[in-house]
Amino acid sequence: MSNSSSSDAVLAAHRLVKQVTSPEGSLTILDDVSFTVAAGETVAIVGASGAGKSTLLALLAGLDLPSSGHVLLNGRNLSELDEDGRAKARADSVGFVFQSFHLVPSLNALENVMLPLELAGADDARPRSQEIIAEVGLAERALHYPAQLSGGEKQRVAIARAFATEPAVLFADEPTGNLDSRTGEKIVELMFELNRRSSTTLVLVTHDNQLAERCDRVLSLDAGRLVSDVQAAA
Amino acid sequence: MSAFRYARRSFGRELRSGEVLVLLAAVTLAVAALTAVSFLTDRIGKAVARQANEVLAADLRLRSAEPIPDEWRSLAADFALTTSDTLAFPSVLFSGSEDSASAGGALSTIKAVDEAYPLRGAVRTSADLFTEQREVDTVPARGEVWADAALLARLGAKVGDTLAVGELDLAVTAVLTYRPDQSIGFASLAPSLLMNVADIPDSGLIAEGSRVSYALLVAGDAEAVSEFNESIEGLLPDDVRIRSQEESSERAFNAADRADRFLSLTAVISLLLSAVAIAMSARRFAERRMDTVALMKSLGATQRFVIMVSVLQLVALGVIGVVLGSTVGFLAEAGLSYIIADLIAGDLPDPGLAPVFLASISAMLLLLGFALPSLLQLKDTPPLRVLRHDAEPPSPSRLMVAGVSLAAVAALLYRSVGDPQMLVILLGGVIVIGCLLYLVGRGLVAAMGRFRAGVGVAWRYGLANVARRGRASAVQVVAFGLGLTVLLLLTLVRTDLLDGWRNMLDTSAPNHFMINIQPDERESIGAMLVAEELPIPRFDPLVRARMTHVNGTPVKELEIENEDGRWFVNREQNLSWSEDLADSNELVEGEWWPAGYSGPALVSIEEEVSEETGLGIGDVLEFSVAGQSVEARITSVRKVNWDSFKPNFFLVFSPGALDGFPASYISALNVPAAKKTLFAGLVRQHPSVSVIDLDSIISQVQGIIEKASLAVQVVFMFTLLAGVAVLFAAVQSTIDERRFESAMLRALGARKRIVFSGVMTEFAALGVAAGLLAAAGASALAAVIAVQLFELPYAFNPTLWLAGLSAGVAIVCFSGFFAARGAINAMPVDVLRGARN
Repeated sequence: MSNSSSSDAVLAAHRLVKQVTSPEGSLTILDDVSFTVAAGETVAIVGASGAGKSTLLALLAGLDLPSSGHVLLNGRNLSELDEDGRAKARADSVGFVFQSFHLVPSLNALENVMLPLELAGADDARPRSQEIIAEVGLAERALHYPAQLSGGEKQRVAIARAFATEPAVLFADEPTGNLDSRTGEKIVELMFELNRRSSTTLVLVTHDNQLAERCDRVLSLDAGRLVSDVQAAA
Repeated sequence: MSAFRYARRSFGRELRSGEVLVLLAAVTLAVAALTAVSFLTDRIGKAVARQANEVLAADLRLRSAEPIPDEWRSLAADFALTTSDTLAFPSVLFSGSEDSASAGGALSTIKAVDEAYPLRGAVRTSADLFTEQREVDTVPARGEVWADAALLARLGAKVGDTLAVGELDLAVTAVLTYRPDQSIGFASLAPSLLMNVADIPDSGLIAEGSRVSYALLVAGDAEAVSEFNESIEGLLPDDVRIRSQEESSERAFNAADRADRFLSLTAVISLLLSAVAIAMSARRFAERRMDTVALMKSLGATQRFVIMVSVLQLVALGVIGVVLGSTVGFLAEAGLSYIIADLIAGDLPDPGLAPVFLASISAMLLLLGFALPSLLQLKDTPPLRVLRHDAEPPSPSRLMVAGVSLAAVAALLYRSVGDPQMLVILLGGVIVIGCLLYLVGRGLVAAMGRFRAGVGVAWRYGLANVARRGRASAVQVVAFGLGLTVLLLLTLVRTDLLDGWRNMLDTSAPNHFMINIQPDERESIGAMLVAEELPIPRFDPLVRARMTHVNGTPVKELEIENEDGRWFVNREQNLSWSEDLADSNELVEGEWWPAGYSGPALVSIEEEVSEETGLGIGDVLEFSVAGQSVEARITSVRKVNWDSFKPNFFLVFSPGALDGFPASYISALNVPAAKKTLFAGLVRQHPSVSVIDLDSIISQVQGIIEKASLAVQVVFMFTLLAGVAVLFAAVQSTIDERRFESAMLRALGARKRIVFSGVMTEFAALGVAAGLLAAAGASALAAVIAVQLFELPYAFNPTLWLAGLSAGVAIVCFSGFFAARGAINAMPVDVLRGARN
């Protein structure tokens, strides 16, 4: 692997290209993007709308497959796995926080947090989830359903869910995009706090410069190309 | 995590969402319609089975129009078999008490039995009406009779009264609740009376030419019975019918089976509509789950897990639907059997659990066929959808969906049809009719859209919606239209047809028949009528005969294609003769014999029989009459107006041809209600004469039709409700869109009332279209039924259209309001903000 500068790389993108066919012809959304992320690193992916941030995130998490190139997650080539194989890979080593929270409406907060643990086959899903839901400050609302929670509370549940499995990599897609700025700040605090404690690798897509600046590293995309890879001052 | 745990955990909340409720309602309705019908047919089937081994009250029955010769009995005795003599005939009975409610008498079937009766099974009686019944091992003693409840009710009599039976006054000592050889299923028009055969000679009820069915019941060791059967076969004249217990129970089972199939097919219509509702709401269910499934997959759930969850929830839904549906079906059946209680002879055994089993399988088939394709599509939801909302799974192949649902329908229908060829025809019919109805629905929907240019904003909005959701609108119009069609047919058209039939009857047409009049009784009967200032009617002679040869060829060797024709030449004939052509007859071919004709025997044949048998002018028919042979040549073909209610005959001979043979006379006369009491005296004086009151028979027939159609209507109520489920499913599938539109309209300044009127206009338009379809459908069917089945002219009925339209608008608006009120009342701010989870 060409760009494998670090032996403890948890995530590596190798010459990723994503093309889609549209009525106007073939459209390149990502063009030859390569980088590696070391374990425990926090990385922000920034860029204007349409730069290809979300597409890159989808490829890194194995939610979608590249037209060419490949992604190594914990050493496994996602392109070589079938859909269920990629699902297993995600269950083992990935967590998500989404802009629009994506809680299962028919499960209560606690059950939402338990979900990935149970999917990964954990026996102690309930006590672990209770613990972490307390950590995000929602112990009292654990039995509420998503419809009964505020936006900030929903995102806390989503964060609790993302960290519950202690994933190797946590992907966050505009985690504060749907929140007002004060709530957003609190959510960011919480996310970084949990990240520190669990030494999870954090990859987040954001428009928010302040949020990006808190990361170890900022990758900038423009029209599908990686235009800069800046390490924050240590 | 096991899919089971997840399915269980989320199911409770899923159950509260609209589309799951519609899905559940549709399954419940389908199960309810099916179980209501199956519980009923199951009970009838059990009654049949219970009676099957005693349906003849014997192992073998020999039935003849002539008294049983002694040699048959002695032959049976040679095989060490027991025998019993019975005879049955129709007769009019009068209550002996002066103050009885019915002075007109009641037609009944008299069954006279000896002490050995019944050889198989047991008679049950009760001490009084509606008291507990018990088995008895005796028969009525001389001087006593047992009458069934319907007969007592018609006579206004009770246990302890005396009945005038011919010349005898016999005491009713018990209510007859069951005899093994009673007809199973629908009770005959004439309720039965059991009496001792020893009383028959004194009653004077039987005279020469009387229509009596004599029977010799035989029972004993199975081998001996079959040996007896073989030995006696050669001795029997042609007209003796021999029937074994197996044949009889087979016939009973066949009849029950036919009723079962008819009702099951009726229920299938509800099933098909439910299937549409299921398919629609399952699609919505799947669409709403896509986000969750994408999330689950992004969190690591496998495709297997997603499928398992869907299937488990579907099964859970099916189970709840079966429990609810069976309960509703059970209650509906209780109502059904209450409605038809007195149409069914004897009591019905309690229903078993078999219908629930059947309904469970059907519900699962419905869900598998119509909901599973949408749910299977879920497994292919791309996990990318968590980031990009427009990422959707590929649509399930239309071929696969159509194939799966068609297979499910075929499996459901197969039970009711039971014959692969019929199934293919029926399935083809369902597809063709479905497509045609859909096209008509599309046409109506398109027509509705045209009106929108000239109306106000609310109307325009409503009509535009109908047109925009063209496909869904057409499906709703058809679903409702179907439900309404059958209901209109069963309510308005039924009454129309019955009234039409009644109106066809001339009020001066005969309303009474007298049969079994002996030649010497004509004069005294005429005198009794004259005394009441009534005209003397025409007495038509009747000679019982059997056709033996046609143009010298034995009847048995004739090759007649038409089944009715074959039956006609082989059955016992009622021959008559006449000098002149009756006024209800019209000559269509050949010539009538001249006045005063006394030459060789000539015969005139009825037109339809001539067509069915192929017998026509020039053919020579040979009959056996009381052991002698009579030959006659066909010289004319007549068209008969059977609605004239005058005695008419298929075969009329020239005068003199049948002289010297035992004949009885038959007469039809019109007697106004006020003078009906004359028959009490007439029958006392002439006990062998049977008087048949057509008015009361017409009323009885009407009563039976009304009750039977009310029962069918109950089954079709499920069809209408299934139509409502389709509407709910259709509205559910557009509810997000409706919420958004309603919010946007209100944000643009429309008052709630405008939005409300717009939505109501949409439903009213759908209701009008469904009503039009239903009225047109019911009229067309009514015309076909009237002209083809009843040969009545069809009269246009404006009420039908009015009722169809108003029922359509009322039901669709009412259901639509409930289905869509959530959208109308949505807060604009919530909707436009796009509040999501």
